Amino acid sequence: MVLVNSIAKGIVIDHVSAGRGIKIINHLGIDKAEYTVAFIMNASSNKYGKKDIIKIENEIDVDLAALGLIDPQATVNIIESHVITRKINLKLPEKVVNIITCKNPRCVTSVEKNAPQIFRLVDKENREYQCEYCDDIVDVKGE
Amino acid sequence: MLKGRHLLEPLDFSISELDDVFALAEEIIIQPELFARVCSGKLLATLFYEPSTRTRFSFEAAMYKLGGQVIGFSEPNSSSVVKGESIADTIRTVACYADIAVMRHPKEGAPKVAAYNTSMPVINAGDGGHQHPTQTLTDLLTIKSIKGSLNNLTVGLCGDLKFGRTTHSLIEALARYEGIRFVLISPEELRVPDYIRKEVLTKKGRSFTEVESMEEALPILDILYMTRVQKERFFNEEDYVRLKDRYILDAEKMKLAHEDMMVLHPLPRVNEIAVEVDNDPRAFYFQQAKYGMFVRMALIMKLLGV
Repeated sequence: MVLVNSIAKGIVIDHVSAGRGIKIINHLGIDKAEYTVAFIMNASSNKYGKKDIIKIENEIDVDLAALGLIDPQATVNIIESHVITRKINLKLPEKVVNIITCKNPRCVTSVEKNAPQIFRLVDKENREYQCEYCDDIVDVKGE
Repeated sequence: MLKGRHLLEPLDFSISELDDVFALAEEIIIQPELFARVCSGKLLATLFYEPSTRTRFSFEAAMYKLGGQVIGFSEPNSSSVVKGESIADTIRTVACYADIAVMRHPKEGAPKVAAYNTSMPVINAGDGGHQHPTQTLTDLLTIKSIKGSLNNLTVGLCGDLKFGRTTHSLIEALARYEGIRFVLISPEELRVPDYIRKEVLTKKGRSFTEVESMEEALPILDILYMTRVQKERFFNEEDYVRLKDRYILDAEKMKLAHEDMMVLHPLPRVNEIAVEVDNDPRAFYFQQAKYGMFVRMALIMKLLGV
């Protein structure tokens, strides 16, 4: 058993699907952080068997839509004075802006660089999103 | 209320709003002289980033017949696009002068980018291989006028269903009506895109079959919608050459169809309908082109609120 201290103030991203923690670390860009970050891989979980956990001892802005896209199973806990003051269950966002990029070479976003990349959730089960402009469908399982 | 709205995709208007447009188009057909000055003082901008003859002429004729004026370009090389101007900037500038804009663009979703950057009504006149909603208005008005209804029809769409934007728009629009059955006739490589199969047909429980043989489908169809295999949509010339003459409707094949089947085509045609079919009373594609101008007149009036 690995012991990691609780944090006084910051964010704990819990119940991350085992193996997806590194994607969240990369997304948040906290691999180069100067404050304390604990990254636990393959911790045991009653609910999921194994999970990753990320503890960040700092107040940082997180894009819940982007995190939900990476791992809708995860939870974000806001910690103040060692106590969870807010718990957010992530979910696949209905709409994402400037997170997924349309891969269709015929899509207008391939030439109109300032147009926001907008995608809407069309199939929750298969994690499929549809481009607002060209209607191309992408699955975000690998995001 | 359609005043100030955009028409970017076939489902932007409800069925009752479409009926209003068709009712106005029918009034115009009966007495066009009554509408000869309703758009006096109004300016239509035609922004054609891709070649077009009939759609552009149809819009220009529609605006002139309503007493309005037209500005625009018919190929990007004659506009500031060649200098690298974005769609967003172009539409913002055009909106300083015009009251309504029509855009054709080779990239899918381009008219939507325009619409997001202006409150002036924007009409999609074809965006790449994606959608062509005003062709759909034309198709629906033609079917309604000839068949008397848009319900309970078996509709065959034949040819390039992958890049054929007119077929995508027509499928989306017809899928809202009762008792529509689709027969999608195409080679494996040119089948409808996934989003049409999944989001429009499967998810909404619409009846459809995908077949390769036109002869097999013909006897059961109420409408045959032929399309051209479009050279400009292929990245690979070899694929185009291999597929371009896959389906040719001729007098012999027409014998397989029943006597009140309608043949439609968004035009221009190349080889996919033999000239001998033009004299068949079931051929409605030139009549369809005429309806196109009237329905665009009605659309312009509705969006301008005149």
